[in-house]
Amino acid sequence: MNEVKVKKESTRDGFGKALLELGDTNADVVVLSADLTESVRAHWFRDKYPDRFISHGVAEQDMMGAAAGLALSGKIPFACTFGAFASGRAWDQIRISVAYMNLNVKIAGSHGGISVGGDGATHQALEEIALMRILPNMTVVVPADSREAYLATIQAVDIKGPVYLRLGRAPVPAVPNAGEFKIGKANVIVDGGDLAIIACGHMVEKAVYAAHELAQKGITARVINLHTPKPIDRETIIKAAMETGAVLTIEEHTMYGGMGSAVAEVLVETAPVPMKIMGIKGFGVSGEPDELYEHFGLTEKHLVKEAEKLLKRKKKQA
Amino acid sequence: MKRIDDTTGLKKKAIEIRRSILSMLSAAGSGHTGGSLSMVDILVTLYYSKMNYDPKNPKWRDRDKFILSKGHACPALYAVLADVGFFPKSELATLRKLGSRLQGHPQYGLPGVEVSTGSLGQGLSVAAGMAIADKMDNINARIYCIMGDGETNEGQVWEAAMTAAHYKLNNLCAIVDFNKMQIDGWCCEVKSQGEYRDKWKNFGWHTIEAEGHDYDSLDKAFEEAKNVKGMPQMIIAHTIKGKGISFIENKVEWHGISPKKDELAKAFAELDEQEKDLVG
Repeated sequence: MNEVKVKKESTRDGFGKALLELGDTNADVVVLSADLTESVRAHWFRDKYPDRFISHGVAEQDMMGAAAGLALSGKIPFACTFGAFASGRAWDQIRISVAYMNLNVKIAGSHGGISVGGDGATHQALEEIALMRILPNMTVVVPADSREAYLATIQAVDIKGPVYLRLGRAPVPAVPNAGEFKIGKANVIVDGGDLAIIACGHMVEKAVYAAHELAQKGITARVINLHTPKPIDRETIIKAAMETGAVLTIEEHTMYGGMGSAVAEVLVETAPVPMKIMGIKGFGVSGEPDELYEHFGLTEKHLVKEAEKLLKRKKKQA
Repeated sequence: MKRIDDTTGLKKKAIEIRRSILSMLSAAGSGHTGGSLSMVDILVTLYYSKMNYDPKNPKWRDRDKFILSKGHACPALYAVLADVGFFPKSELATLRKLGSRLQGHPQYGLPGVEVSTGSLGQGLSVAAGMAIADKMDNINARIYCIMGDGETNEGQVWEAAMTAAHYKLNNLCAIVDFNKMQIDGWCCEVKSQGEYRDKWKNFGWHTIEAEGHDYDSLDKAFEEAKNVKGMPQMIIAHTIKGKGISFIENKVEWHGISPKKDELAKAFAELDEQEKDLVG
């Protein structure tokens, strides 16, 4: 996979570009940041629109509250920091000051997942999808590439209510055959009938590679980019389960309560089929992103192995 | 808005509001009596003498805003909001009942409630966000935020204190209902907050101390606050928890309970006496 030179760009970059554009196209957009402005790529907006940028220092809870106050006054605030702090440190502020009032606050949490690398467990956000999707009114989006992050950011403004954008640090290639990006609508990016692989964020790339490897073994996998864990695209998921009879999910996130759990919640009531949730158990550790994907079993190789195991279960049940 | 220009009128109004608070708490069968009664005179000063607002147009962009950060004291806010016309007084009897807009802690959506609160320590941040927005939009209005003294145990309050000072939010006025008690007991015993006024001063706020049940003192404090340049203002209002009812005053056990029927009758008798004394 690394032999071919592919243009790579992080999802945080896509977010930053969209923010800059929104600065021009929407006068209500304001940006708040908790001392990680460049890391979240909010500095392009800050430098061009300093009067609409609010520096909050290392104070995530206060930042979420201020964002609520700005939203209550007609602004469309983007509150930016690392996902670990946005979703964890300020969770109660998001619960009461943002979600309970269904306010138009957009939260950008970058450095999601283990691909943060060297910073290790404290800075690798692994729980945001779970923490955010359980909040009423909250939309949760996990873009898979820079283009999706850009579009998700632009579209978030048109959603009346809070939106959480999970962004990554590592540059990633563009999703092939991505299709039209629309928050809430999953994209089938590889077709297949033997099983469905549902992925989000950086794991979409792995899922596509795994599908190609499986194809060489005569197994066709349908790859679904579920970039919006909430509101979840039930129709696409149920259809995939019914047509393939086996569902494998993968996310760069705890395997408990995240995207895979959201898929399971849908299928258990509608189309229960053999299923496997791939994700992370426990806390992250320091390392290079690719080493960490290997360490935590989040590679195309692991996907292929789990797919084969899942197909055996499917066969047994038939 | 209903302006009341004389101190006697404000005091009479406060008695009326205290009756209303006790009635709704008694009907609800639960709720926070002590902290509701302690801030009545502050609310009466703001809503009948200081703030600009329009109950017929609660979202009027140029209005002054009041944020009840100590959300548990909402019976006092509800009593005032109903009295000035944000919603019918008949709704007060529905406090804490299923289907009521008068939730146990204030919920955004009830006319006049600017922010949902209840999880302590969050109001000042929201108020600062509103103050920043008003400055961005060149709105000449004031944002008032009241907190409990126990509430300022919360770290977020001090984050917000830094934000307000950093952005020179002179349109933001915070009030601490300094009744010196919280659920577990006297504030100084639960966790000492040290030199309280100095803390706010050192965080870059213009600080004022007021007698929280003295209308002249409160009037002076709010007038002084309004004229401060380049700084947010903190009014430390010395109050008595449960103020106005002898058997509730300074009784920590009255933080989170409501009066029973016989207690309500006793309390009303006290308020009737106070009213007689006022009329003279």
